Amino acid sequence: MKRYFFGISVLLTIFLWIGPALAAVDPGVAADAGGPWWQWPIILFVVTFVMGIVAVLGGVGGGVLFVPIISGFFPFHLDFVRGAGLLVALSGALAAGPGLLKRNMASLRLAIPVAVIASACAIAGAMLGLALPTNVIQTALGATILGICVIMLTAKKSEFPEVRKPDALSTALHITGIYREESTGKDIDWRVHRTPLGLATFIIIGVMAGMFGLGAGWANVPVLNLMMGAPLKISVATSKFLLSITDTSAAWIYLNQGCVIPMMVVPSLIGIMLGSIVGVKILAKAKPAFIRWMVIGILAFAGIKALTKGLGITLF
Amino acid sequence: MGAKEIKKPGTAEEQVLYASVLEKGMLLGLGILVITFIVYVLGILEPYVPVGELSRYWSMNVHDYLQAANIHPGWWWASQLGKGDFLNFIGIALLAGVTIICYAAIIPTLLRKKDIVYAVLALLEVIVLSAAASGLIAAGGH
Repeated sequence: MKRYFFGISVLLTIFLWIGPALAAVDPGVAADAGGPWWQWPIILFVVTFVMGIVAVLGGVGGGVLFVPIISGFFPFHLDFVRGAGLLVALSGALAAGPGLLKRNMASLRLAIPVAVIASACAIAGAMLGLALPTNVIQTALGATILGICVIMLTAKKSEFPEVRKPDALSTALHITGIYREESTGKDIDWRVHRTPLGLATFIIIGVMAGMFGLGAGWANVPVLNLMMGAPLKISVATSKFLLSITDTSAAWIYLNQGCVIPMMVVPSLIGIMLGSIVGVKILAKAKPAFIRWMVIGILAFAGIKALTKGLGITLF
Repeated sequence: MGAKEIKKPGTAEEQVLYASVLEKGMLLGLGILVITFIVYVLGILEPYVPVGELSRYWSMNVHDYLQAANIHPGWWWASQLGKGDFLNFIGIALLAGVTIICYAAIIPTLLRKKDIVYAVLALLEVIVLSAAASGLIAAGGH
């Protein structure tokens, strides 16, 4: 056990050391004096590999760590970081989607109506995000990341929320399902309520996902679980699958606007996916509560950095 | 709401179909992305933007980058697939496009099951995602 914590601590140290060191380099100067070109994909790969491990252990999506940390501490413009962040979150969701759907953990029936609203709004969010000045987006990103920290600290979860009476819309759409709870061996039948309110909330979630390129699992899960009453496992799995649709629409906007640089995207994408695989293995032995606190700390640090960078204040 | 012993039905037909198409598309996209990136970094195909100059561009905003590197937005990259960097866009576009294919694939199943509302929603999603992919929806510059 000590070996794992030592390893994680070393990785986090590298993770937190490389970023500020790079941020200290003036991007304009880094262009010519920053060493050979191949150092950047390698650094991105290493950092996102660690990020993938930390994201799994902390129970957050890769995108939510990627955008604030890479935009805050690396010499890449926020436009490209958001484009890469969306593709990172999208790839993770695409990789997880088939398994979650086949095991009936993610519900296509629940996802389809939600996805229509979230993906359309993600397009609007992406357009808005690319139209607004960078400092405004950076400031709003910082505030959002700090808001996510508050959600992570305060939001409750309900394993099996009580849904006494499904609402008329969910009844009309037959949004219901059954899944096997492996820990008890029982089949759980579930349904949802407050569907109109939940769908309306996904307007905001979609816009934010597109605007910041964050992915939106941090918002999807509480809405599906606490507001609409889907069981926690269904909410987590459907949220992950939902990202594959929401992020698709926003990713196309960024792609078509030229915000995708393969030398940034591919190493990040491979790094975070391999990191996630390692993270899942470590998860069996690590203490997620401890890691979760560290993730909240890292996010708060990155959120403050984004906020101060957007406001033009140099704190660190 | 709660746990109770009931017969577990199979996963819905359209959900299995969606998962199957998604899995194949995702693996194909990732595979192509890895291969094309190797081609790119090994310099097998000359890139449009020389790799040594990339760090001059990625600190600019996208508007300045497109102007400085003489890159056009939208699907222009598809005409530059002979260049090592733009070759990577095949895998990226596949990953970004597989969801559209998944939705299109389940529409006939939904129609056959007379699930008209979901067939319409799936069609609507295809339209939304295709509109985003088309490049016709443009954002303003900074």
